[in-house]
Amino acid sequence: MQYLARSPEAEHATTTGLNNRKLLMWAFLGSDAMFFGPLIATHLIYRTESLQGPIEEILNIPVTTISTFVLLMSSLAMVLALAGIQQGKMGTFRFWTAMTALLGMVFIGFQMVEFTEFAKHGLTPRTNLFGSTFLTLTGFHGAHVTVGIIWLWSLFFASFRGKVKQENSLDVEIAGLYWHFVDIVWIVIFGVIYLVGAFGVEDRVLEGAHALAGLGG
Amino acid sequence: MATNIAILRRPLDPTGAWAWITTVDHKKIGVLYGLTAFAFFILGGVEALVMRLQLAQADLNVVSAATFNQMFTMHGTTMIFMVVMPAGAAFFNFLVPLQIGARDVAFPRLNALSYWLFLFGSILMNFSFFTGSAPDMGWFAYAPLTAANFSTSSSVDYWILGLQVMGVGTLAAGFNFVITIINMRAPGMTLMRMPVFTWMTLIVSFLIIFAFPVITVAITLLLFDRMFGTNFYDITAGADPLLWQHLFWVFGHPEVYILILPSMGIVSDILPTFSRKPLFGYVTIVLAGAVIAFLGFGVWAHHMFTVGMGRWATSAFAVATMAIAVPTGVKVFNWLGTMYGGSIQFRTPMLFALGFISLFMLGGLSGVMHAVVPVDLHQQDTYFVVAHFHYVLFGGSIFGLTAATYYWFPKITGRMMSESIGKTHFALMFVGFNLTFFPMHFLGVLGMPRRIYTYAPDMGWSGTNMAVTIGAFVIAVSIAVFLYNMVRSARVGQPAGANPWGAATLEWSIESPPHHYNFAIVPTIRSQHPLWDEEANTVEPPPLPYVDESSIHMPSPSYWPLLLAMGVTLVAGSLLVWQAHAIAGLTMGAASGALALISVYRWVFEPAVATEVAEGAAAHH
Repeated sequence: MQYLARSPEAEHATTTGLNNRKLLMWAFLGSDAMFFGPLIATHLIYRTESLQGPIEEILNIPVTTISTFVLLMSSLAMVLALAGIQQGKMGTFRFWTAMTALLGMVFIGFQMVEFTEFAKHGLTPRTNLFGSTFLTLTGFHGAHVTVGIIWLWSLFFASFRGKVKQENSLDVEIAGLYWHFVDIVWIVIFGVIYLVGAFGVEDRVLEGAHALAGLGG
Repeated sequence: MATNIAILRRPLDPTGAWAWITTVDHKKIGVLYGLTAFAFFILGGVEALVMRLQLAQADLNVVSAATFNQMFTMHGTTMIFMVVMPAGAAFFNFLVPLQIGARDVAFPRLNALSYWLFLFGSILMNFSFFTGSAPDMGWFAYAPLTAANFSTSSSVDYWILGLQVMGVGTLAAGFNFVITIINMRAPGMTLMRMPVFTWMTLIVSFLIIFAFPVITVAITLLLFDRMFGTNFYDITAGADPLLWQHLFWVFGHPEVYILILPSMGIVSDILPTFSRKPLFGYVTIVLAGAVIAFLGFGVWAHHMFTVGMGRWATSAFAVATMAIAVPTGVKVFNWLGTMYGGSIQFRTPMLFALGFISLFMLGGLSGVMHAVVPVDLHQQDTYFVVAHFHYVLFGGSIFGLTAATYYWFPKITGRMMSESIGKTHFALMFVGFNLTFFPMHFLGVLGMPRRIYTYAPDMGWSGTNMAVTIGAFVIAVSIAVFLYNMVRSARVGQPAGANPWGAATLEWSIESPPHHYNFAIVPTIRSQHPLWDEEANTVEPPPLPYVDESSIHMPSPSYWPLLLAMGVTLVAGSLLVWQAHAIAGLTMGAASGALALISVYRWVFEPAVATEVAEGAAAHH
């Protein structure tokens, strides 16, 4: 009677043995990387091309380091939340899910403060190329974090209605995949946009390359 | 049992319109895609005929220059995004689950969402005709031309928002088919036993999920420039005038392969059937498809040889472009090898498949000519380019999709299409096609630029243009014959039976049209040609007396994909309203956003198989 079990979304009936929705999330994340890629590339192309207004010197590395740390810790909380539900410890799951979402909200709070500060110093998306690319890129990242926060609170509240339990810990795992990805994108943004922007790493690499070329010649 | 079936069908009347509106059945969604694509094919064709009337003779005034701009913009956009892509999706939907032995796609409701987003996005974009601001800047919408200070009407906004809505649907479909093909195959259906059409669907789906985010970014930035005053494409703010071209073609060239690979898969399935021998070089055909897709991401700047990128970039893209001709040539030789020594039957699908190979070859060869940069500098923006891409997209994609229609029509409807009308259709379309597009090569070499709305009598282009216009109307007649054949055959065609062509692949093992659950018993596959290598009954055992239809849990119909698609489209529309009237736009945006959000939540908490059905079936056992 093996054919009876084969409904389209039955989890045990897949070719690879992996769940369809989990594979879907991986495919989506691959696609989402191709969404952030052009945004980051556009920023890098334009980073020193602005004709007016403030550019990279406006970035506040110490403050952003704190918010980056907060977001990294939220990934740790996410791992603990997943471990909780996989072991059937609903209290642990709820605590760490709420913690993940709260840390995400703190991160968004930092971003709102940052954007407001920039506006006070005369940097908006309309000001110059730097304002357009930086605020669009980090704004889309913030939108991703916000979707994640809504998702996490949805799981949190659904768990009180018995909709999220040990048997469907996969729902939490998939949300976790998304959350970690958004976190990783931020690591790239922090490294490539903030640190490169603040310290001019690119110029030094170029200087080094020129020096090497000089040696060779 | 009777009660269970009644419960299964309770929410809807399965024969009524609601059964189509709320359907999550991949076969019905495939038919919806196909019919919608055909309707847009006629619309895009009429736009082409308007252009051909205007260009039939020098200095004509059939339409104004402004209308002519709208015609070529919407003709290109329509044919690419509302005809070839959804027509491909129609066959992905109908065939892929049947070819891999699945009962549906991995995400049936997501599949319905893809269709509705495609339909509503297309309607949103075409709605611009009623407001008099149809897109008029060419299908690749070059910024800064499309920036707010150069394109002041809302035509570009309609184009962006329509494409954005369609793009979300396309992405969802891409994910769905990647997961379906990787994860929903029947036991024994290894990757290297899959029909080539399914393989090409997999490759196209990967192209979609990696290429579409890039166009999403490009048009989002353009929208922000136009609506919120950002500077991405604003030259006066220091923006790079080539940013759009790079972003657009990073998407645009993979898109070309999104359009052609399905037809390559179709032809690879049709040729063995009518040559009565297996596909020659199956593995190389599959790998060639993958290599084409991979290289397709590295050739985008051959659309930009005239912009002055510098020698190194130009040389690299020229070499990459020539390299992509190699796997394409591999495929063509494999198709020839398939036919070599076969007992060829010239049935209508085979004729269109042969038309595909010959015309696509011509288009491919003129494509290689474009890879030679000095030659391309002369051909850029002339009718030579128009001839080239119509040979690959019409001679290639559309001929392939027409072959697919003749080939799988019996499976979809249970009836054969008329052979004699089909052959008339082929003769008219083949002659009309070549009469239309072959002379365009000469026009291009003689220097006629594309997208001009008229020309002076002393240019020496008049006679050739008249021939092209006559050819265009021959094509129109052939499409009318095609439509007549489909309508007539759906009513009075010969009953097809399960496998009218004696084909080898799995979809021909079940009834025509298939049951809603496709396979009563999930088949076990033991070879690449299950219906040739084995007795048919080992693939699909005859229905056993105790196979109870109600025990097959198919996903239940749902309203939420439709409502979510409506919400998303109305949010896009609210941006247009917002530009005219802020309060009205914000109100509409909030309301439609709420509709979308509610639909998402209801969808998430709605079981795929309705509870009554699952419980009823459980009680039954």
